[in-house]
Amino acid sequence: MTPATDGQAPGQAGGRVGTVIQITDGNLTLGSRPVLRGINLTVRRGEVVAILGSNGSGKSTLIRGALGLIPWGAGDVRLFDTPLKDFRDWQRVGYVPQLMTATSGVPATVAEVVGAGRLSRRRLLLPMRHADRQAVRRALESVDLLDRRSDALSQLSGGQQHRVLIARALAVEPDLFVLDEPNAGIDHASQLGLVTTLRPLVAAGATVVIVLHDLGPFEELIDRAVVLRDGRMVYDGAPPQDGSLHEFHTHHHPRRVVDTVPMRSGWDL
Amino acid sequence: MSFLDYEFMVRALRAALFTGIAAPAVGTYLVQRRLALMGDGIGHIAVTGVGLGLLTGQSPVWTAVAVAIVGGLLIEFVRERGRTSGDVALALIFYGGIAGGVLVTGLAGGSAQTLHNYLFGSIATVDSTDVWTVIALAAAVIFLAGGLAPQLFAVCQDEEFARVTGVRVRAYNVLTSVMAAVTVTVAMRTVGLLLVSALMVVPVATAQQLTRGFKVTLVTAMALGGVAAVAGVVTSFYINVAPGATIVVLALAGFVAAWPVGSLVRYRRRVRAPFQAGDDALPHTVVPELHGHTHGDDCGHPAVPHGDHVDYVHGGHRHATHGDHYDEH
Repeated sequence: MTPATDGQAPGQAGGRVGTVIQITDGNLTLGSRPVLRGINLTVRRGEVVAILGSNGSGKSTLIRGALGLIPWGAGDVRLFDTPLKDFRDWQRVGYVPQLMTATSGVPATVAEVVGAGRLSRRRLLLPMRHADRQAVRRALESVDLLDRRSDALSQLSGGQQHRVLIARALAVEPDLFVLDEPNAGIDHASQLGLVTTLRPLVAAGATVVIVLHDLGPFEELIDRAVVLRDGRMVYDGAPPQDGSLHEFHTHHHPRRVVDTVPMRSGWDL
Repeated sequence: MSFLDYEFMVRALRAALFTGIAAPAVGTYLVQRRLALMGDGIGHIAVTGVGLGLLTGQSPVWTAVAVAIVGGLLIEFVRERGRTSGDVALALIFYGGIAGGVLVTGLAGGSAQTLHNYLFGSIATVDSTDVWTVIALAAAVIFLAGGLAPQLFAVCQDEEFARVTGVRVRAYNVLTSVMAAVTVTVAMRTVGLLLVSALMVVPVATAQQLTRGFKVTLVTAMALGGVAAVAGVVTSFYINVAPGATIVVLALAGFVAAWPVGSLVRYRRRVRAPFQAGDDALPHTVVPELHGHTHGDDCGHPAVPHGDHVDYVHGGHRHATHGDHYDEH
């Protein structure tokens, strides 16, 4: 059922590339309802993988499980070749959750929220170091929100709040980016801005896992697509050519060379 | 004769100051997690602790701390598990706590007045051992709430993200509950168990009328709480009223004073917030002539950035100069 694209053993490929995410025979149950069944997924270093599927297919659950946010019922799950329960190297992971609409009870500035991205690198009871502040600054710059850093998160529009969440993950300076539906409720221009932000990171060798409804503007970045249907992986291979799930077939398409995506600059569209 | 010449007043002021600072420090995290009434719930449960202390002859402060911590953890457990029936479960815990307290106090032969001292505070009867207990516990809460602010903030703001940065979310949630429980019992002698939640929440509500950031809110709320607590004790000395109620009324007065300022600030912010830069092809009305008024920095109409130009808000319209005419955006 699953095309054997991950036929070679993990960490092989000349012995130099480790695996970033490795799920073997993963089953995940939410409230006694099996949500994910028989998941076998290997994401290697430097890959950009899209997790596709319709609503309720389990794609968000898959990445939240991979990050240890939801416990697995069965299976072996590893992050950076370490079993999930022993994994402590969290500064290698940057997570961008879906845009949350409810803001918290107490106001928080943009810089404070982005600063939370540095927690995996900070020591208890010690203030932020220079490197931390610089990372926050760079992250805000790359989503073009540096001038809003002292504003309350709630003063920003939905698209801008999403950029804050992206900046928070960038501030981690991780090896692995995990983005949950960065195109849900986000306008096209902002999605293009995110592509622009991710492009140099991908070029520099970052691993990216993106949950998507459809590839949309992210298509140019994607190396590989994993399609979930009803909690099972039904496809793992080159991204569907037309970027649309509706006309998706379960056989391989030769990868289209994408060089005509309009290059629009940054976020200010 | 100044109030500072009275030994009991000095003790009361010390206890009030530390309580006043510690309560909003924890309260900020509770409000952040939308658990503003958690302090109230713990206060109700602590009544049982007081009763147990009276019954067993132990110091009611320590039995109250113990029972309040158990109650705080119970509330945290309910919060973590039950999403839907959470408030009903909390209500059961609250009423069980206060009913149990009244019952146990009765069994211990305690009078209504004994319980009254804990329900509404009795700061003037605080002896010097009590004061040092209060100060030590409050100082510990202030230290943790301040020192672990980055972690606690992250956990309260976005629990899942905090977990992905390696923060042990459950440990910090438990810590928040324990800090809340300790604060409630500390404040029991100053404002009383029924009013403690006000001292935890009201200064935070006041602070966030004027602040935009979390750290600023935290510090401002702590300062406001300290001021209200000290001022409340002093006021109650001169006009001979219950200090606990005075403290809470002063804290509320602060909120009432800050609220109009806060609404004004928020209104101005809303008016000046940039319009979303839209598609230029969006339909807009072209007003063919200039209307005898030149918009500028000092024309009095709010100037709001809109993409690459400025709209002037003008009697419900958005005017933007475009060559020799105005566009209505």
